[in-house]
Formats: sequence, C-alpha cells, structure tokens
Amino acid sequence: MIDLVGYGAFFLTIALSYAIIALGLNVQWGQTGLFNVGVAGFVAIGAYVSGLLTTPDATGRIGGFGLPILVGWLAAILAGALLAYAVGWLTIRLRADYLAITTFGFAVTVQLAALNLESLTGGPFGMSFIPRPFASAAGDPVRFGLLNLGLVALVLLVAYFVVEHLTASPWGRVLRAIREDEPAAVSLGKSAARFRLQAFAVGGALMALGGAVQAHFIGFIAPDNYLPLLTFQVWTMLIVGGSGNNRGAIAGSVVVWALWAVSASVIGQVMPAGEQARGASLQIVLIGVALCVILLLRPRGLIGERRTVSRHVAGARRGERSGTMVATGRETPTP
Amino acid sequence: MNAQALIDGLIAGAMIGLGAIGVTLTYSILRFANFAHGEFIAWGAYFALALVSTLGVGMDPIGPFSFGWMLIVAAVLAALLTGGLAVLLDRLLFASFRSRGSATIIMVIASFGASMALRALLEFVFTSKPVYFTRELQIAVRLGGGMRATPDQLLMLAVTAVLVLGVHLLLTRSAIGRQMRAVSENPTLARLAGVDVRRVIRWVWFLGGSLAASAGVMSGLLVQIRPYMGFDLLLPLFAAAILGGIGSVPGAILGGLIVGLCESFAVELIGAEWRAAVGFVVLTLVLLLRPQGILGQVAR
Repeated sequence: MIDLVGYGAFFLTIALSYAIIALGLNVQWGQTGLFNVGVAGFVAIGAYVSGLLTTPDATGRIGGFGLPILVGWLAAILAGALLAYAVGWLTIRLRADYLAITTFGFAVTVQLAALNLESLTGGPFGMSFIPRPFASAAGDPVRFGLLNLGLVALVLLVAYFVVEHLTASPWGRVLRAIREDEPAAVSLGKSAARFRLQAFAVGGALMALGGAVQAHFIGFIAPDNYLPLLTFQVWTMLIVGGSGNNRGAIAGSVVVWALWAVSASVIGQVMPAGEQARGASLQIVLIGVALCVILLLRPRGLIGERRTVSRHVAGARRGERSGTMVATGRETPTP
Repeated sequence: MNAQALIDGLIAGAMIGLGAIGVTLTYSILRFANFAHGEFIAWGAYFALALVSTLGVGMDPIGPFSFGWMLIVAAVLAALLTGGLAVLLDRLLFASFRSRGSATIIMVIASFGASMALRALLEFVFTSKPVYFTRELQIAVRLGGGMRATPDQLLMLAVTAVLVLGVHLLLTRSAIGRQMRAVSENPTLARLAGVDVRRVIRWVWFLGGSLAASAGVMSGLLVQIRPYMGFDLLLPLFAAAILGGIGSVPGAILGGLIVGLCESFAVELIGAEWRAAVGFVVLTLVLLLRPQGILGQVAR
C-alpha cells in the first residue's frame, strides 16, 4: 500500500511536469498554430539553466552557483522565453513550416551543446546533485513523494491559471483570430508577427519551466533525456488531450504518460532480458502509429477546443453572429 | 586547411543533395515539410542489406570496388521498394488529410509521427547496432593536390551525377515532369488543364523515395548502416533544400554540396563533435540573408 502511494506520487509528479510542458506547447500550437518540433530543446534549456544556477560548486565545470531553487526556476523561465523569442524572430515572418524546421535544428543543436560543452553542462555524464525540493524529508519516501507532488501540482495550477487568463484575455482572442483568419485580423490592425512571437515566447518559457521542475525532481540530468523522442511524447500528449484546450493538455499528459508507463512494463515483462532495447523501439512504433491514427480519426482529441463564442453573443443566443471570433477582436485595445 | 576536406565534403554533400531532391519536390508539389523523408534513406539501405544478405550470391568484389554485382541489383530493387513505401505512406496517411483539406501543418505533425514509427520499426527488426555491406578494405587513389579517394567514393560521385542529370531531364523533358512542374505552380489550374494530379503526386513520392534510397545505399556503403542514419541527415537535407531554393532540383544538389562542404570544413576547423550543428547554422544564415534560397523564386 505504502509502495503504491509512493509510486503513484512519483508517476503523477512526472506526468504533471509533462503537463507544464504540454501547456506551453498548447499556447504555441493550440492557440496560435505555431508548429514547434524543438520542444526537447526548450525543455533542456530550462533544465540546464536551473541546474547550473542551483547545484553546489562542482569541480571540472563552471558554476554550480548554489542559488535557491526558485531563482533557478525563474531563470529557466526567462531563458526559455528569450530563446523562443530569438528562434521565432528568425522564422515567424516566413512560411509556417520553416519555423518547424528551424526549431528542429535548434533542438538538435541544444542537445549537441549539452553533450559537448563539458565545462558548462558536464557533457555526456550530465549534471548531478541538482537540489531536490523538500530534500530534508527524503528519509520518508511517501511524505517526500507527496510533498513533491503537491509542489509540482501547485506550479502546474499557477501555470494553468496564467495561461487560462491569457487565453481568455483580449490577447488570447487576437491569437485565435490570427490563427483562424490572418488577413481579417491584420485588417483590424493587429500585427500578426508580433502576437505570434509573444505567444511563442510564452510557450518556450513554460517548456523551460517544465524542464527545470523535472530536473529538480529527479536530481540528475543528461543530454540523453532531451532527444527528439521527448518532443514526440509531448506532441502526442497535446494531440491526445485535445489541442487548443488547456485542460485537454493536462489530461493528455496524464493519459499518455500512463500508457507509456504501462506499455513499458508490459514490454518489460513480455520481452526476454536481452531484447529490452527492441521492446523499447516497439513502444515508439505503437505511440507513433497511435498519434497518426488520432490525427486521422479524432483530430479534436479527448477534450478538444471549446467553441469560442463572444460572451455577449453567447448570452443573447442570437445564432447568426455566434462563432465569429474575428468580430470579438474589435474589443481589443490596440497594443 | 586540408585539401582532403574538399573531397570528403563533396562526397557527403552528394548524399545530402540526393536526399534533398526528394524533400524539395515533396515540399514544392505537396506543400509540406516531410519529416519522414530521412527514414526513406534508412529504409533504402536496410532493404538493400536484407536483399544482399538473404540472396547471398554475387558477393565477390568487382574490379577495384569493395562490393559484388549483387549490391547493384539490390540497390535498384531497394530504390523501387522504397519508392513503393513512400507511395504507400502517402496512401495510408497523407492522402486522407489532403482529401479532407486538413491544414498542411497537420500533415507535418503526422509525418513527424510516421518518422518516429518507421525508424523505431527498423530498430525493432534490425536492432540499433551498426552494420556494413562489406568488410573489404579499399586502397585510396591519389588524386593530386594531397587529395585521396577510394574507388567506391569516386564511383558514388559519378552515380550521383548520373542520377541528378536523369532527374533533371525527367523534370524538364518528359510529360510527367512538365505535369509535376505545372502542379507545383498551380494545382487547380493544372487540374483544369487535364493533369491527373493524383498520378503526379504518386510520381513525386516514388521519385523522392527511390532517390532517398539510393542515397541510403551509397552512404551505407561508404559509412555504415544504422537506423538513425536517415534521421541524422534530416537537418542537412532541409538546410540544403532551403538553401538551394524550394522546388529547384539543381538548387537542392547545389545546396547539398554546400552543406556537405561546410560540414567537412567545420570538422576540420572546429571538431567532429559539432558536425551536426552545421545544418542549423547554414539554415539560420539562409533564413536571415536569403530566405528564398540561391535558385528559388521570391514569394509564391
């Protein structure tokens, strides 16, 4: 029973840290239609920045500044936002899939830097002794697990309310207006590129925060944690949960992480010991096929985006004007 | 600076260019960035490997080369099979997105999922251990100026040149080539003019898949075969296609050669561990300085 609680807390903590990342992706893709194939890169940036600032002084690498965890997390948010802004600035005026290709290259490069900049990142051996929240309670696994779960849930909750607030705000309406009908939004005086860049930066910040939270929970990071597989998992979480819906992003994270954990343990039991690596690749095949099937059969995902209707129209239920999202952009103060 | 880097870069660039032709064609005609294209490279190499090792005849090296006639047969069959695989993938996945008019970016996500699945399937069947077509040793030929190349490498450069010329003639001189260009310019108009757009799309996938497979067999012969061989080339492929100008076959091969040369000079000057970042740097510079590419047209 104790084991079960401990495992449950561990499982949920990881799942909820993915949910923070998926929320970030939802701001970029679900709300704004920006395709980021470099999620792993932004997550890695957050983890490494926070790790570098908060670890105790380490021999053989720069830093280990021993700062408080909160400072690390805030720095991760800042670094994620700045880098996302820079990557976005490069491509956002160009074709939509140039952004995809560039983010893909960004993630490859970040992973390579984590591997090669040994004096900064610890290279292939990674960075250890990342301080864990509530380390003093580590003697009691259940208490430690529950405290950490509570903390990650709290961070997720804050992130959720911030994103919900942003989504419902005039800013969020402009984003959706741009996504649905860019010429119409532009003709109302909205700078599409500027709004997209801001959304991309907010998303990058959340991904980096998720990466930092994860790194501090595990206490150890290495370049191998940030392969394209991570990007792929987060995408599957968002698509399964329903892109465009923040609650969908969270539900998708828990469901996909559960499926991932269950399929890993099933494959671990079915496949003989020597064939475990093969089993792991079978797992990826299954999830890859599942993603394609969901895109084909149920593109809305589990929950899906709420139909956006202006509050004023929804109250009156006049029908013909409902669903005209672009019209709601009129209420927006010009930025 | 070592003149050898020039030869190494040209050879690596030729492989990238062959793959980039497929990327640029799918991109300009189907209008989306296909993240699964790298997998055709790996599948081509593994198809050829499976054929060579199951048939097991004709393995004795021909002349100065390290492989027997069986590999040539296997390479042709692998190109056909991979072309078929590409058409099948389109049929199963992308065709249904097209028919319901999904946003192109949905197809990009689907191609990302397909890429993961295809690669993991190779890992499942063949494991991730690198394998080789041949274990023969080759003596490099002196080319003068301090440059050397093995007979295999020189042959691959020649084969690439022939393939590129063939594709260029196909696109400029044949009926299907003209139709491809017509669809790339304006699909609706092409359909009105009586072009069978679905047939054109099948051809594009087949051509892209088989060219990728040839690149895969060559790079498998010159380097090694592993499930990630195509995925690791994906960034250089995109960089080459965008650098050359989307939709331009000469541009793709030129872009491939430039990316290959940049990689090999970077290895020389900075170190081999940074090789994979070169594609990103080239891509960033192109997007900053000339987003339409060297031979591309401005804003379509």
